[in-house]
Amino acid sequence: MSVLQKPTDFTSDQEIRWCPGCGDFAILAQMKKLLPTLGIPPEDIVFVSGIGCSSRFPYYLETYGIHGIHGRAPALATGLARMRPDLQTWVVTGDGDGLSIGCSHLIHALRRNVNIKILLFNNQIYGLTKGQFSPTSPQGLVTGSTPKGTVHEPLNALSVALAGKATFVARSVDTNAKHLGEVLRRAALHRGSAFVEIYQNCHIYNDGAFDYAKNAKIKANHVVELNHGEPLIFGTEQDLAVGLNGPRLETIKQRGGEWADKPLIHDETNQDSSLAQMIAQMRHPEMPEAIGVFRAIKAPTHNDLMPDQSPTTKERAKRLKKQLTSGQTWTVA
Amino acid sequence: MNQKATEPEDTKSVVIRITGDSGDGIQLVGAQTALTSALMGNDFSTFPDYPAEIRAPKGTTNGVSGFQIQIASDHVATPGDEVDVLVAFNPAALVSNLGQLKPQGTVVVDVDAFDARGLRTAKLESNPLEDGSLDDFHLVEAPITSQTRLAVKETGVSHKAATQSRNFFAIGILFWLYSRDPEPTLNYIRGKFDETIAKANEAALRAGWNFGETTEAFPRNFNLPATTVQPGIYRNITGNEALAYGLVTAAHLSGRELFYGAYPITPASSILHKVSQLSDCGARTFQAEDEIAAICAAIGASFGGAMGATGSSGPGIALKTEAIGYAVMLELPLLIINVQRGGPSTGLPTKVEQTDLFQAVMGRNGEAPLPVLAASGPGDCFDTVVEAWRLACKLMTPVMVLSDAYTANGAEPWCIPELSSLEPIDVQHPTSVPGSSPFQPYARNDFLARPWALPGTPGLTHRIGGIEKEDGSGNISYDPINHEKMVHLRAKKVEMAQQLYSSTTVFGESAGELLILSWGGTLGACREAAVKAQKAGRSVSHLHLRHLNPFPVELGNILRSFKTVVAAELNDGQLRQLLRAEFLIDVQGLNKVRGEPFLVRDITKCIEVHLSINNTSHRGAA
Repeated sequence: MSVLQKPTDFTSDQEIRWCPGCGDFAILAQMKKLLPTLGIPPEDIVFVSGIGCSSRFPYYLETYGIHGIHGRAPALATGLARMRPDLQTWVVTGDGDGLSIGCSHLIHALRRNVNIKILLFNNQIYGLTKGQFSPTSPQGLVTGSTPKGTVHEPLNALSVALAGKATFVARSVDTNAKHLGEVLRRAALHRGSAFVEIYQNCHIYNDGAFDYAKNAKIKANHVVELNHGEPLIFGTEQDLAVGLNGPRLETIKQRGGEWADKPLIHDETNQDSSLAQMIAQMRHPEMPEAIGVFRAIKAPTHNDLMPDQSPTTKERAKRLKKQLTSGQTWTVA
Repeated sequence: MNQKATEPEDTKSVVIRITGDSGDGIQLVGAQTALTSALMGNDFSTFPDYPAEIRAPKGTTNGVSGFQIQIASDHVATPGDEVDVLVAFNPAALVSNLGQLKPQGTVVVDVDAFDARGLRTAKLESNPLEDGSLDDFHLVEAPITSQTRLAVKETGVSHKAATQSRNFFAIGILFWLYSRDPEPTLNYIRGKFDETIAKANEAALRAGWNFGETTEAFPRNFNLPATTVQPGIYRNITGNEALAYGLVTAAHLSGRELFYGAYPITPASSILHKVSQLSDCGARTFQAEDEIAAICAAIGASFGGAMGATGSSGPGIALKTEAIGYAVMLELPLLIINVQRGGPSTGLPTKVEQTDLFQAVMGRNGEAPLPVLAASGPGDCFDTVVEAWRLACKLMTPVMVLSDAYTANGAEPWCIPELSSLEPIDVQHPTSVPGSSPFQPYARNDFLARPWALPGTPGLTHRIGGIEKEDGSGNISYDPINHEKMVHLRAKKVEMAQQLYSSTTVFGESAGELLILSWGGTLGACREAAVKAQKAGRSVSHLHLRHLNPFPVELGNILRSFKTVVAAELNDGQLRQLLRAEFLIDVQGLNKVRGEPFLVRDITKCIEVHLSINNTSHRGAA
C-alpha cells in the first residue's frame, strides 16, 4: 500500500481537455486536495462517470476509473460497489447525464442507498454537444435548440435526490473552494449514497449562469449557507434570514438587531425531508439559494440489506452440489 | 360388450397434451407426469404452451393453456409432432388443440364443461361432442368436474376448492392409462397442500384412476418400459434452470462471485428467480430499474473482478445494445443471455422463435463483434453457459448466449454433472508491472486478450472507457490509423474463439446429398428427422451448430462436402444469410416463423423435397 500526501500524487499523466477557464478545473483541484487526506490509497478509489464534459473527470486522476456510457454511471457504480465494498466509489455526472438520460438510474441508486458518492456538475447546459438546453436550464434560455428560449420547467437536482430518499444531500459552488472542499469531505465520509450538486460555470455556452452565487460582491445577499444546528442567516450585513411562515419559507430581515420572526434552525439529521425539500426549492432571485449539507442521515446501505454470502471455495462446492441435487433425483446404475 | 383387457400392453412412446384454462392447474398435471415418468426411468421431453395473459377470461380460446409431453422407452428429443391423448377441460381447449391430435387419437373431455355456457364462451355454435367433429377420434366423455366434487365431498372442502381438484382427477385417468406410479404425486400433494386440500386432491386422483379402470370407454391401458441411459444421478431440468445453475457453476469454476443483473421479462425472468435462490453459493442478483441498468451494473461488477452476467429477451437485449458495444470496447468478460421469443417489438412474448440471431451477431453500432453461442436444449443450457464464460475470460470479451422460449420452459431429464470433473476456468489478474514502465491496460497476450487488472491493485491504476483507445496504453486516441488497428485487433481476438472450440462433428456421413444444418433449440426435431431418413437409407446428414460467431473453422469445408445444405431455423433465414455471406455457398432454407417449434415431420418433408429435387436434377444431367 502506498501512502500519499500531495495532491500531485493523484494527478494522472493525461492532458486535460476541458476548455481553459472551465469550472471543472476548480472541482478537480478540490478533489485532488481532498483525496490525500482520506487515508485511502489511490488504488482503492474508483471514479465512474457517464458522458459529457464532467464525465472526463476520471481520466485526470491517478486512481482507477471507468468512463461509462451516457447516463449509466450510477448503474455501473452499483454493480461495482456491490461486488467491491472495499473500494471507495465516486460517480461524476452532469445535469444532462444525471437528470435527463440517466435520471432513473440516479434516483434508484439513491433510494437503494448504494455506498457511492455522486457529484453532479450542474452548468444548466449541454456543453459537449455544443449548447442545447438541459433539464436544469431556466425557462427562456436561448440555446442552439431553442432559438426562442426553452419553455420547459427546469428540474431541481436536489429535489430529485430528496425524492429518491438520498441519505446525504448537499450543494456547493465550483469556485467556492473552501466550501466545496468541506462538502466533498463530508460526502466522502458518508456511509451510503451521497449526492452533491455543484454549480459549475460553462463560460462557453452558458457563461454567468450562477453569477449571483459566485460573484464575491453580490453572493452574500443571494446565498445562504447551511450549518447543522445554526440559523439560516445571510446577507453582507448578516441581517437577512430564512424563516418559516406557515407552510412557506420567506426571507426575514433583522430590525434594530432583533429578529421579528425566528430564523429557521437547520437540522440535517431530520428523518423527514420535507423541510430540506423546501430549502432546496428556494430559487434566485425570489429567495436566497442554499448551499451546504441539506440532509445527512444514517441508514443501512444496499450491501447491508442484500442477502449476500461469500462462502469459501470448498464450502461453495458443497453447497452448489447440494443445490444441483435438490428436489427429486433418481440414480441410474 | 368387449371384455376389458387386464394386463397393460407395452408401448414405446406416447404423446399427451393436457389443455384447459390458464387457472386450471394444467402445468402442474404436466410437471407431475414428467416427474413420475423420470422416476420410472423413462425419457421425456415437454412443451408448456401458455398464453401471455396470466388469467384470461375463463373458458375462452384466448386463455387456453397447454402442456405437451412425450414419454418414451427410448431416447426422445422432442415433445412429439402428433398427440396420442388429448385432455380438454373445456370446449375452448378442445377446439384450439384438436388439430394436434392424430387420427384415431384419444380425446378425454370434461363433459361437465360442455354446457350451453361453456359453448357460448368458446364461441361455438354447436356442441363438438355431438356435431360429428370428433368422429375421427376416440372420444372419452369423462364427467371430471362432477365426479371430482363427489369424490372430495367427504373431506369437507369448499365448492371452489373441490372444483380446483379437477386436475388431480385428470392425473388419475392419465396415470392409470399409462401405468404411472401415483406415489410421487401423492407425496407431492401431502407436502404441498394443507391437510384438507391434500385429502381432497388425493381423493380426486384416486377417483380419476378408478374412473379409468372401470369405464368401458378405455378398452385397455399401457405400459412404458424404462429407457437405458448413461449411469448417474438425474433430475428434471428446464432450460432456464440449467442457465441459472450454469452461471453459478461457471462462477465457481473461475473462482469468483456471480453478479446477475436483470429486469423482469418473459421468458427470461425465471433465470433471475433461480439464481436468487442460489445466494448461499455466493450468487448475487440485482433486479434493476431497467434493462440498461441491469447490464451496466453487470459491467461494473466485471470491472471489479466478478463474473458479470445479464439475461433478457429480444426487446430487453435491444435496450442493452449500447452497453454491449461498450463492453466490447472495454474488453471485459461479460455474459449476455437472450432467451428468444417471437418478435419484433413485443411480438409473441411466450412463443418460440430464433429471430434474434442477426441482433446477436450484428446488432450494435460500429464494428463490434462478439462470440455468440446457442444452447441446443434444456440440459445443454448448462454446458453452453459454462463454455461461454470460459471464452469470455480467455478472450476478455462479452459473449452472447442464445436460448429460446421453447428451451427455457421445456424440461428433460438431466444427468447432474460432478463438479470436480469440470475443467476449472483459469483467470489471471496482473499484480505488478515489469520494470518501471507504466501499466499498459491494452497490452495483448497470444489470444490478443488484454490484462484484467483489478481495482485495489497497487501500481496498476488506469482508466478505461468507451472512447477509442490507443493500442497498448489505453489512452484516449482519435488517431485514424490506430482506430483501424484497434477495430481489427478486436475482430481478430473474437476470431481466436475458433481455436477454443471442440471439433465439429457431423451426424451421419461427412459428405453426401443433403446436410440439414440447425442451431439452438431445434436440435431434437432435426436429429429425429435425420435418424429416420438415415434408417431409410437416405443420404442425409445433420450438423448442429453451437457456435454462431465466429463459425467453427472447419464449417466451410463441411458445407462444401454436400450437394445441398439446408439451414432449418425458426426465422426467415438468418443463419442462411450469414452462411451465404461467409462461405459463398448457396445454402437453402427451411423456415418457420409461427411462434411454434419445428415438428419432426416439417424436417422430414423438407428432406424428401430436397432429395427428390436432387434426383430429378441427376436424371436431367444423365
